[in-house]
Amino acid sequence: MDEDTLRQEILEALRGWDVDHLEIRLDNTAATRILYRGRQLEEIGRQRSFGGNVRALYRGGWGFVSFNEAGDLRRWVELAVAHARFVGTGKSSFAEVEPVVDFVPPYLGKDPRLIPLTAKKELMDHYLDILWSVPGVTSAHIFYSDSHKRIILANAQGTYICQERIDVTLRIGASAQRNGDIQQASLSIGSLGDFSVVEGLDEQVRQLAQKAVQLLDAPYVKPGVYPVVLDPILAGVFCHEAFGHLSEADHIYENPRLRELMTIGRTFGPPILNIVDGASVPGLRGSFRYDDEGVPAQKTYLIREGVLVGRLHSRETAAKMGERPTGNARAIDYRFPPIVRMTNTYIEPGDATLDDLLSDIKEGVYACNWYGGTTSMEMFTFSAGEAYMIRNGRIAEPLRPVKLSGNVFETLMNIDAIGDDLSFNQGGGCGKGGQMPLPVSNGSPHIRIRQCLVGER
Amino acid sequence: MKARKLAASPDPLLEEVIQRALQRGAQQAEAFRSQLEETPVIFEANRLKEVTTRQIAGLALRLVADGRLGAASSSHFGQLEELVEMALEAALFGPPSYLRFPPEQTYPNVPTYDEQVPATPIDEMVVVGEGLIREALRLQPELVCDAYVHRAVQKIEGANSAGGRFSFQRSIFSVGLHGVWVRGNDMLFVGDSLSSCQRISDPASILEEVTRQLTWASKTATITTGTYPVVFTPLGVASALIGPLMVAFSGRAVYLGQSPLASRLGEKVYDSHIYLWDDPTIPYRPRSRICDDEGVPSRRVSLVEGGLICSFLYDLQTAGMAKAEPTGHGHRGAGGYVDISPSCLVMAEGEASLEELIADIYEGLVIDQLIGAGQGNVMGGDFSGNVLLGYKIEKGKVVGRIKDVVVAGNVHQLLGHHLLAVGRPARWVGSSLRVPPIALTSLSVAAR
Repeated sequence: MDEDTLRQEILEALRGWDVDHLEIRLDNTAATRILYRGRQLEEIGRQRSFGGNVRALYRGGWGFVSFNEAGDLRRWVELAVAHARFVGTGKSSFAEVEPVVDFVPPYLGKDPRLIPLTAKKELMDHYLDILWSVPGVTSAHIFYSDSHKRIILANAQGTYICQERIDVTLRIGASAQRNGDIQQASLSIGSLGDFSVVEGLDEQVRQLAQKAVQLLDAPYVKPGVYPVVLDPILAGVFCHEAFGHLSEADHIYENPRLRELMTIGRTFGPPILNIVDGASVPGLRGSFRYDDEGVPAQKTYLIREGVLVGRLHSRETAAKMGERPTGNARAIDYRFPPIVRMTNTYIEPGDATLDDLLSDIKEGVYACNWYGGTTSMEMFTFSAGEAYMIRNGRIAEPLRPVKLSGNVFETLMNIDAIGDDLSFNQGGGCGKGGQMPLPVSNGSPHIRIRQCLVGER
Repeated sequence: MKARKLAASPDPLLEEVIQRALQRGAQQAEAFRSQLEETPVIFEANRLKEVTTRQIAGLALRLVADGRLGAASSSHFGQLEELVEMALEAALFGPPSYLRFPPEQTYPNVPTYDEQVPATPIDEMVVVGEGLIREALRLQPELVCDAYVHRAVQKIEGANSAGGRFSFQRSIFSVGLHGVWVRGNDMLFVGDSLSSCQRISDPASILEEVTRQLTWASKTATITTGTYPVVFTPLGVASALIGPLMVAFSGRAVYLGQSPLASRLGEKVYDSHIYLWDDPTIPYRPRSRICDDEGVPSRRVSLVEGGLICSFLYDLQTAGMAKAEPTGHGHRGAGGYVDISPSCLVMAEGEASLEELIADIYEGLVIDQLIGAGQGNVMGGDFSGNVLLGYKIEKGKVVGRIKDVVVAGNVHQLLGHHLLAVGRPARWVGSSLRVPPIALTSLSVAAR
């Protein structure tokens, strides 16, 4: 079907329904995956998927229908409308935004679509060879993927947006084993539309393999409370887990006690702390021009000088809380409705050097890189891929990977120094409500937390 | 269990995919189709919020060309030529094939379909959800509850060039409740879920769990850093121990030498009270099936007997590489390739009740849920996490909820050398895991 016919059909399907909001989203994706485990290539190839959904809001009730075979679009609209009318008995809250008609081409560096599969495979073969060339490595894995998405969003208010994005990710890991003891190290890299970020990694790949082997000789940390310094990658994960999720308004908008807890103006951290989320920063993995409700991307301060000043909204949560939508409604694909998500979340840089952060720590932990993180809003935990003791102001002996945990409210208050070296980690994927992994980026400079609970695995 | 010969009514679409692949030079080909329609009814903040209908269809092709394996998947049933093209391209670079697709054969009769599930009207699902929330609020009026009542029907069909044909239907019904109680900065999360291939009209056991959680968390307690005996409830076993345990039983991790159990088949690794098996033939469990996604017939596979390692889980390709028997644990992933995954995993229960396990502990913890347990060195068996929901034991009794506590251990070492007792009853957690409470003699606990 050509563009104009499709557009006519979508507009026709949206016409004439008695609901408070109605939208259609169609999603066309082409992806490439290459997966190695051990010495073996296990998967290589391309996938195609097409799907769509209809979402309807009527008197506060939602109907959502998703499908692979579009067929007669009006039939799906009818079902979504029927669901919404069945549910809705109250009053709809949905923030108004100006209707937009736009076509957004993909953000591109070195276009992965123009790299032949053979060349991608040769590069990964090369990295696999490097991993196995390091003495002591007993296993390896590499997962490369790229995807090209073309998403059409149309609603009954007249919005019609066609947005394309290309996502590139690479995860490389090595493990080493001795007497049943297994240690691993890994690297995660990603980009919005730029294959070149996965090129030229020879030295990093070699180092991570060596790291896995060295960890076999490293001790566990003695569990307890320490001053910790986080490198920019791990501090970014901390910012995402410890505060980012708490600022997603869908967790709190229907819970009066949580709304009270998250009152704008409340002090959450020291005056040196500024936290931002925004998709309008160009060229990061969490960047886009419009969110999946047609709201233009923005930059939202969440914490300014330690004080809560904003939160992340969908059109519904914004209306319910009497605030402005922030362009944070995102869906991982056509099977799901958009929910409130982060985009590019970061701690703004301060003016301390790494030496400044370390200098007055007698005994502490320097934690770098990441395995993962999770939060329950009040509590969080995240894992460092690399850790060292800090002794008398200096980075000392390596430790096995540590896990940092804590209570959000206490831990943010315990940040007492922020470095000057902001950098972004683009290798992550965020999970929420069964929608995973959503491309996001996290950023931070080095930060110091006066007291943090450090666990040993 | 009765065996039956499956009526091999060939699906024309799958036959056509296979034929086209063979015509284009493939030596073996296999087509797989899954069609799912699900209807979740979703409650948010104590109220009905959304009704969804989701139809998900996928077609996958795997083939062997010049001895190499290629695969592709698509949701476009109309574009078969592109699917074949993509799979052939993948086979140019693909891994050497070690598999032979299974021929036509007899499958066990495993009931997985209840016609009452798709027949359940949405308004009756709403009644179940509303009743659950009403009762939860009766237990604690300050809870803010999210809940779901979900029904689904799935049709799975497969065919291959060796003559293998399979097809079965599955219905799934599930109910879940998740409540949060906020007091000042303090958040308490309670909840549970149930699922079955049969309709669930009385989710009373969810309320029993929530009652226990609220009662045990009604006071707060403290613990200092150290090593303590710990009781994991079935929810706790599922949230902390099963993940790092099961990766070690993947035939692929064993073949690659990544699994700590790799060279220990036939050895006694765990305490003699540990019995673990995978059984896809259990009637009406959401992951039960007549065969796996590769057409290998379902059977009970014993993994641990009295602490002795009996078997690992295999798909066709890995079994071929490792010169092992395929066990029927091939699971179709994104892209049409097949990975290894358990079906219904069961750990045998012991003698002592949860209360009796607790009564034997002078000072220790009960753990219902950890967060972050899946991070870290999972392949090595390590787990660690922040105790999201856990309680202090003093002199054989639960005295209150503990918070800001991190626990860490290695599942293989704990089940090998630090088992205090396996309790009863075992219960289903989520869709496909049946586990008892477990008491351990010592676990590392860090508290602030």
